Amino acid sequence: MAKHHVNTTINGDPVEFLCDTEQTLLDCLRDELGLTGSKEGCSSGDCGACSVTVDGRLVCSCLVLGIEADGCEIGTIEGVANGDELHPLQKHFLKEAALQCGICTPGFIVAAKSMLALNPDPSESEMRYWLAGNLCRCTGYDKIIKAVTNAAAEMRGE
Amino acid sequence: MTQIQFTAPTSVKAAVRCLAEGGKNPKVLAGGTDLLVQLRAGRVKPSTIVDIKKIPELKQIKAEKGGFRIGAAVAGAELSAHPGVKKAWPGLVEGFDLIGSTQIQGRASLGGNLCNGSPAADSVPALIAAGATCKIAGPKGTREANVETIVIGPGKTSLKKGEFIVSFFLPKRPRRSGDAYLRLIPRTEMDIAVVGAGVSLSIDSKGVCTDARVSLGAVAPTPLLVKAGAKALIGTKVDDAALAALAAAASAACKPIDDKRGTIVYRTKVAGVLARRAALIALDRAKGK
Repeated sequence: MAKHHVNTTINGDPVEFLCDTEQTLLDCLRDELGLTGSKEGCSSGDCGACSVTVDGRLVCSCLVLGIEADGCEIGTIEGVANGDELHPLQKHFLKEAALQCGICTPGFIVAAKSMLALNPDPSESEMRYWLAGNLCRCTGYDKIIKAVTNAAAEMRGE
Repeated sequence: MTQIQFTAPTSVKAAVRCLAEGGKNPKVLAGGTDLLVQLRAGRVKPSTIVDIKKIPELKQIKAEKGGFRIGAAVAGAELSAHPGVKKAWPGLVEGFDLIGSTQIQGRASLGGNLCNGSPAADSVPALIAAGATCKIAGPKGTREANVETIVIGPGKTSLKKGEFIVSFFLPKRPRRSGDAYLRLIPRTEMDIAVVGAGVSLSIDSKGVCTDARVSLGAVAPTPLLVKAGAKALIGTKVDDAALAALAAAASAACKPIDDKRGTIVYRTKVAGVLARRAALIALDRAKGK
């Protein structure tokens, strides 16, 4: 069987690529398209490092087949900043030092952004539940929660 | 290595054909949160993957005969966002919502949770307690089956070759009805049930229980329908004596294993405790509290 020809939209741009059935969306983003911002942590949907949005819905790209992206709108960490201007989440992650090794950071930022799109003023408990599928082994999470809290406030214009 | 074929049919009929013509080991893909993990671990080697999410019926939630028809590929986040289902069956929606993270909820489906065949699947006791049936399509046409008849052992279902689940039907709720699902895990989130208990009940205007269904997960090779538990509630005001009888019936129904999540003794005890607590929540809901 020939490779599948996938037409998709990534961060607003039309993109096409070729893939085998068993290649995940994460494999396709990283290996076929050079979008290496999404990280491979566990490859089993437990760690959230590969978080992206598919048609606006937050998912683990390691649990989506590349071919399933056909006709979909994909959002990745590469689309979060506006050109050279960092997104408030990115700014506050830096300011609060909400990362050390950085492997989990793209997933956290994509997941937090999708949360704030639905709920611009989440409680700490809502944040912690929403982000429970994103694992960080460095920070102990408090700095991440602080960064998301501050970014949310900035985005609300406070 | 032979390549895995992929197809995404847009009708139930076409999907049945794809499965029939899909080689030695065709696999159905809905949310993929179990299938892709098994694929990566080499535990399944499908000849063809049939993605059923492009079939409109599989992704819809519709009112039907006073109840609801829920497509088998509807994701957890989609079910949670449906106000009608949440109002009528809060226990089912909460049970499904316990599965995995936000990311998993964006993909994982009711049909997948059932067909994966785990004895600990969180949505299944809630579906069984709800008296849900499922519509199954296959080479011989479609049939309806009670949810409790689907899982026949860990990872094993009663679906025949070429069959797949199209949708679930949740029946009309009588007035003064409520349901609840509780599970025990050692963490607060993101874990597999040590025990799960689902209870659905209806009461009359005097508060007497007129109908009940009780189901347990993770305490036997399959999720269980506990008829003796329902019998303990029906005809009572769900008082302490009835709840004690329910707990005893739930514990008596357990056939668990010892594993790292819990011992036989612990699971058996907890099954009674959770059934009792779930019944109290269902009762409060039936009373409109």
